[in-house]
Amino acid sequence: MKHNIVIIGAGPSGIEAAHCLAVSGEHVTVFEKMEDPLENLRNKAFLFPDFTSASELTETFRTKLQHPYITYRGGTSITDMERMDGRWVLTTDRGEKIDTDDVILATGYRPFDASRKEELGYGIYNGVVTSLDMEKMLLRGRVVNSIGDLPSRVAFLQCVGSRDSKVGNNYCSKVCCITAAKQAVEVKKLLPEAEVFIFYMDLRMWGQGFEEIYRSSQQDYGIRYIRGRISEAAGTFDGKVQIKAEDTLTGLPMKMSTDLLVLMVGMEPSEGTRMLAGRCGICGEYGFARSENRHLYDNVTSREGLYLCGSCKRPMCLEDVISDARSAAMELLKSR
Amino acid sequence: MPEFGFSISKGRTIDFDLLDSARTAALEGDDSGLIKCMDCGTCTATCSAGAFSDFSIRKIHTMFRRGQYDGVAEALSKCMLCGKCTLVCPRSVNLRHAIIRMRQTLRTSVPDDDDLRHYLNVL
Repeated sequence: MKHNIVIIGAGPSGIEAAHCLAVSGEHVTVFEKMEDPLENLRNKAFLFPDFTSASELTETFRTKLQHPYITYRGGTSITDMERMDGRWVLTTDRGEKIDTDDVILATGYRPFDASRKEELGYGIYNGVVTSLDMEKMLLRGRVVNSIGDLPSRVAFLQCVGSRDSKVGNNYCSKVCCITAAKQAVEVKKLLPEAEVFIFYMDLRMWGQGFEEIYRSSQQDYGIRYIRGRISEAAGTFDGKVQIKAEDTLTGLPMKMSTDLLVLMVGMEPSEGTRMLAGRCGICGEYGFARSENRHLYDNVTSREGLYLCGSCKRPMCLEDVISDARSAAMELLKSR
Repeated sequence: MPEFGFSISKGRTIDFDLLDSARTAALEGDDSGLIKCMDCGTCTATCSAGAFSDFSIRKIHTMFRRGQYDGVAEALSKCMLCGKCTLVCPRSVNLRHAIIRMRQTLRTSVPDDDDLRHYLNVL
């Protein structure tokens, strides 16, 4: 069977690229390892910086995926790909061979596994959750502590699995600073009585509207920011979590007990990104896929007919990912 | 002269132009990697000595990196070299090693305090 263009991954970037190509008259096949597309986005409640409901985007992307020129193949992994006679030959997990002219890699990221930072107690103490768990709670509109009660104190910790050479990730994951500020505001909206703290090393409010959320979180919601990284967490007899940090701005060590410790987990390349980038010889730093040139040719690779879009290249926020997908589609069309 | 407690204080401003950071320079290129520090404070948070005294290892090594050596040698003598700071550092600074090196560097600069010299020699 002959396919013109194959896109691997049906997250926001894969679907956006597919849709752009489809409306330009190209026939596209989108492979996704999960049955259902948009796995990461489906677990989000609200999006920074404007608190748009994530379900709005999910619905939009689902509609885009139904374009008549797009063939969606959910529940199918690409296990191998190689270049043969000027075409790409992809192998699926069912042993099927797919022959295509062009491939767009949109295999994305995976969240950092917080249990790797054992000292922070994720998977050990029930009061320690990740930003993903928090997002799921916010999606349900109910934030609870380890015994199902409403928490009176919530502490967020930035840079879990990012900027940490002990886990081999020296890079910044870019989205966690603003996500914590956003989640803190949402927690406070649900639980106005709760005390909310954010422990940080540096706050990187780089995007339009981010600084405003930061300021509003202080001014309108009373979120308190403490500059210090938490060294360890321990469970207490009453189901809370005791954390230790240095308040570096007063120069004093501090400890605090909290109902919830939220670990802001960073972004790592997904298994698919690592494996396929490796197979194609475009493996970059930390296992992300490497584009030809960050400035001028960020969607093309050293391999002919192989394009990249989205967070398979580096940590990206949704805005970045969507624009990047469009530019990948444009690059591909230019080569035709 | 009797001390009445009303003396004129020394200026508190750190005059960078007058700082002599030669001893800090001795640590540059050192394999402990102390110059990579981003002052996150995880070392102080986990410090065994800091929990029970006013010893703040991050402040102390930051002062050393700035070239402000007053009181640094005395403070460093409180460290028990347990190495927990080295375990938790996100920039993988070998702080335990850096502390030993800072002590060695400062040892020669405290000539008139035998007790302190003794401490600093006990690595």
